[in-house]
Amino acid sequence: MGYATPDTLADAVAHLAAGQPRIIAGGTDFFPALGDRPAPAEILDISRIDELRTISRTANGWRIGAAARWSDIIKADLPACFDCLKLAAREVGSLQIQNAGTIAGNLCNASPAADGVPPLLTLDARVELTSTKGTRELALSDFITGVRKTALETGEIVSAILIPAMPEGGRGHFLKLGARKYLVISIAMVSAVTWTDAQGAIAGARVAVGSCSAVATRLPGLEAALPGKTASDLAAMPEIWSAHLSGLAPISDIRGSDAYRLDAAQEICRSAVLATLSGGSADG
Amino acid sequence: MDKTSADWPVAFILNDREVSVGAVPGERLSDTLREKLGQRDVKIGCNAGDCGACTVLIDGAPVCACLTPTQQAAGRTVETVSGLTSGDPVALRLVESFQDNGAAQCGICTPGMMVSAVALLRDEPAPDTARIEDALGGVLCRCTGYRKIIDSVRDAAAGIAGTANGSGAVGTAIRRVDGLQKITGAEAFGDDIAPPGTLVLRVVRSPCPRASFVLGDLDGFVRATDGVEAALTAADVTGRNCYGVIPAFADQPVFAEAETKFRGEAVAAVIGTPEAMQRFDMDRFPVTWTELPSTLTVEAATEAGAAQLHPGRDGNVMCGGFVRCGDAQAALARADVTVEGRFQSGFVEHGYIEPEAGYATYENGKVVIHACTQAPVMDREAMEVILGWEADRIRIVPTAIGGGFGSKLDVSVQPFLALGAIKTGKPVRMTYSRVETMQSTTKRHPSDITLKIGATRDGRICGFDFRGQFNTGAYASWGPTVANRVPVHASGPYRVADYRAEAKGIHTHCPPSGAFRGFGVPQSAIAQESLFDDLADKLGMDALEFRILNALDDNVPTVCGQVFAQGVGIKACLEALRPAWAEEREKAEAFNADAMADGRPERRGVGLAAGWYGCGNTSMPNPSTIKSGVRADGTVVLHQGAVDIGQGSNTVVTQIFAQALGVPVEVIHRIGADTDLTPDAGKTSASRQTFVSGNAARLSGAALRRQILQMCNVSEEARLSFADGEIVIGDGGEHRIDLSNLEADADGYVLRACETYDPPTKPLDANGQGEPYAQFGYAAHLAVVEVDTALGTVRPQRFVAAHDVGKAINPILVEGQVQGGIAQGLGMALMEEFIPGRTENLHDYLIPTSGDIPPVDTIIVEVPDAHGPHGAKGLGEHVLIPTAPSLLNAIRHACGVRIRKVPATPSAVLAALKGRDR
Repeated sequence: MGYATPDTLADAVAHLAAGQPRIIAGGTDFFPALGDRPAPAEILDISRIDELRTISRTANGWRIGAAARWSDIIKADLPACFDCLKLAAREVGSLQIQNAGTIAGNLCNASPAADGVPPLLTLDARVELTSTKGTRELALSDFITGVRKTALETGEIVSAILIPAMPEGGRGHFLKLGARKYLVISIAMVSAVTWTDAQGAIAGARVAVGSCSAVATRLPGLEAALPGKTASDLAAMPEIWSAHLSGLAPISDIRGSDAYRLDAAQEICRSAVLATLSGGSADG
Repeated sequence: MDKTSADWPVAFILNDREVSVGAVPGERLSDTLREKLGQRDVKIGCNAGDCGACTVLIDGAPVCACLTPTQQAAGRTVETVSGLTSGDPVALRLVESFQDNGAAQCGICTPGMMVSAVALLRDEPAPDTARIEDALGGVLCRCTGYRKIIDSVRDAAAGIAGTANGSGAVGTAIRRVDGLQKITGAEAFGDDIAPPGTLVLRVVRSPCPRASFVLGDLDGFVRATDGVEAALTAADVTGRNCYGVIPAFADQPVFAEAETKFRGEAVAAVIGTPEAMQRFDMDRFPVTWTELPSTLTVEAATEAGAAQLHPGRDGNVMCGGFVRCGDAQAALARADVTVEGRFQSGFVEHGYIEPEAGYATYENGKVVIHACTQAPVMDREAMEVILGWEADRIRIVPTAIGGGFGSKLDVSVQPFLALGAIKTGKPVRMTYSRVETMQSTTKRHPSDITLKIGATRDGRICGFDFRGQFNTGAYASWGPTVANRVPVHASGPYRVADYRAEAKGIHTHCPPSGAFRGFGVPQSAIAQESLFDDLADKLGMDALEFRILNALDDNVPTVCGQVFAQGVGIKACLEALRPAWAEEREKAEAFNADAMADGRPERRGVGLAAGWYGCGNTSMPNPSTIKSGVRADGTVVLHQGAVDIGQGSNTVVTQIFAQALGVPVEVIHRIGADTDLTPDAGKTSASRQTFVSGNAARLSGAALRRQILQMCNVSEEARLSFADGEIVIGDGGEHRIDLSNLEADADGYVLRACETYDPPTKPLDANGQGEPYAQFGYAAHLAVVEVDTALGTVRPQRFVAAHDVGKAINPILVEGQVQGGIAQGLGMALMEEFIPGRTENLHDYLIPTSGDIPPVDTIIVEVPDAHGPHGAKGLGEHVLIPTAPSLLNAIRHACGVRIRKVPATPSAVLAALKGRDR
């Protein structure tokens, strides 16, 4: 069937049901994985489906079209808790990659170092999957099931990322640690979202770490320990950052040792959480 | 629009014209643009979005054309560098500022940089440096160190005119004579020569470090595979299936026979139409592999019973180098203090953005090879052996070279192309994929060095004992040169009376280690310059004054017993750093006091290191020949055979020649390296082109001038001008030579000169005593770093680089070499390690990006050398030598840890801070 460029989601899932095309959107993972090998004979290009590129407010939160590019997310008018996602978007590869790569592509590629996953975990994102049979939703943590593994089933396409309404006044931050400035795969990364009470103490917190386990993961222990603390409280309790890392299982590879990753994770957890408390935001 | 088609025409606007082109599913826009729409200005470096060379604008937004399916361009506007630079006002300003700043060296990344810069300046007319770095962050450059590109974008935005406006006389900064075509994308590199439709050759490579293999029925395979025209194997090699850059060590087959010695080694090749090769899956080639036990490290290769890679090289020792003077052991025994350490480094990849590529034809019994090469005449010599042919049947025409740094001294695509063209009788092209170039071409040698140095209480070096083992990989390549150069240079530019240095190259089942900017000396300098800091510490001396005290000088013997009566510039380099050394240490102290008071983890440190490097071959003949002529119409022609790989020999050699002849640079018509047209100016290696070819150019220009002056019997001071068909000579009065009265030779020259220069050297004896080089160049770097002691990250803040170049023929090119060399040294120190089978691409193998190189202050020191043209010395390799140790010394100053194994990744630095293994 060759190269299909449907302009509606309905047509796209119909193509998916009719054959076994490879889906392409930004191409930023598709072509590197292809290398020198010949391209698949059937390709389904979802980049021209307008409804998949829109970022919109919904009745109970936000909807980010699956084929929204990182540069679309950077430009979108979103509240401060999304700063974690915007900062991550700015760290995806390079401008060239951000102008092509899509948010759902990042999730479907399911790299342990996917820049989009920690911020989306801290935004409690859900993944909307569509096929000719209808749609279903999965929590992001249920969608990515392992290294390069997802719960996507044959005939399904990721159609949107759904973000529930966030607590009032929430602030997000993201930090990526790599061995160079641009075009870098992270050694470790952290996304944090916090919201505070009237006294400036943390009322709620979500923290997720990437590149330190097969799939990026939230740190529920740390999230439970943070409420009630102010920035100055936290300055006096350095042990809090190392006490809740048991959910991480870093490996040693060319980018860093397992021990290093644990050290770095707690350090950037601290920096990211404190940054959410000190204000400052990603400009659009 | 809902279209489904196997090959529907894609219509879009390309640089202001409407185009429509067929594309198969999954075709990359970069390929469509280059092969079907003639846009060879779009360069391909990696096909994975890692280098950004192929950046184009789609509806104004920069994207990698290699990651864009062609069909996504439908209905859109695509702009490439050639389109932008032919009219866009922002691009035209950048064209000027890029030239003025010397922002293009080899030029392969320049289209990507230009396109990215246009997108930025359209969006933000007055960007700050951080914004410029962000905008250029997706394009890798391996030559420039980025700062001059950043400066160019800033200048274009601000409307600042550049300083490359000299007269062209030696010592003045002028634009690169070949710069414009690099900036517009018109420069033709290895992959830009072949006409569309040319047969494509691809190589079948070993999937594991050591394997036996059996080839299947190749004739049947060729017959059965639509569009495949031929397969090549060792059986097709008409001469010897064995080559090497050093004939006595030739050991590498074009195609392995029966067994491979490294992952990525070639065993066969397939040639077919472009369409067939686009759909051909290399896994379908009929070959069966059996992996065999391999030795990948020097330790494993030198164990008793280790597999022997080459007969006659017992213990896998390829060869060794040795230098001894005085009595190192006795001196160390009487020294008041000693320091010692073991220092290690891994493979380093050259990382030029242009993969090896070329095109060959075979007509009338002669093969013509167009390829990116640093050494056309050596390529021809290799092909004489491989083909078993006389030299006159082989022509090498170098294309523009998108970076070399030593690796393009060895043949790569050349034998495949020639054998393919001969077998098919048709033109053949090939381009290495990024994985292929990283797997199969030479690397910097991994090193394992132990060094002990002593000093007396007064601060003088007293005893120096160096042992280095270098992993030379599967084949010799330039390994013998590394083994020989290291003992000659391991002392650094210092007086060491009692010295012993031994280096060995050991074969392993790794890719061949070969030539890489500095031939092993950057590795030995890490050991020596690190221990010099430790020694100064132990003596309680200032690290800079300690170096100055021990620095070589005129009339002071080197470790080879060579005594230079003039031209030794290391003291001047070190002394030039005194102000920055004082200022930066003071600033670091204040910074650290503040950081400690605030409880912040950042610490600043300042580090120093020096280096020296002998220009030209070690104790071997090393001539360059430069031919020039005047045509009857008055055109002055320079046959410039010193291959310009981005360093600027086209410009420097032209400046020297023009000055010797006594004419402006613009008058000179250049003919580049071509083994049929241009005499041998030697290889672009060993930092020899400015020195050796520069001298030959000076002699050639002077000889031509002498002939002209003699014809009119005028004084040395006469002024020449070349007009239509005549030469006008001003000497108080005015003389004219009517060129139409002179007889033209076979080349069409009515006047001609051909001059050779060979630097004077003397052989080294068994103890390495002799005169290895006619000149050395000298360097000293100061690095300022910030170390995050909580994360182990190292962020260089500033370099001050003092280089004794004897005479800066073109100061902008000198700065370009310094900044680019520092970027490579920084990469080696902080992030680069090639691991065969693991980091065979540019996202796992990290080279510095536009955000990783701090400002570099270049201090040009000019201690003239009696042998150099106008006193000039070589520079290219010198730069990289002090960079890594200056950074390691700065890290130590910042946070107290001594990193003895590079790269000093965040993980390694934090481990050292915490006292644990990496």
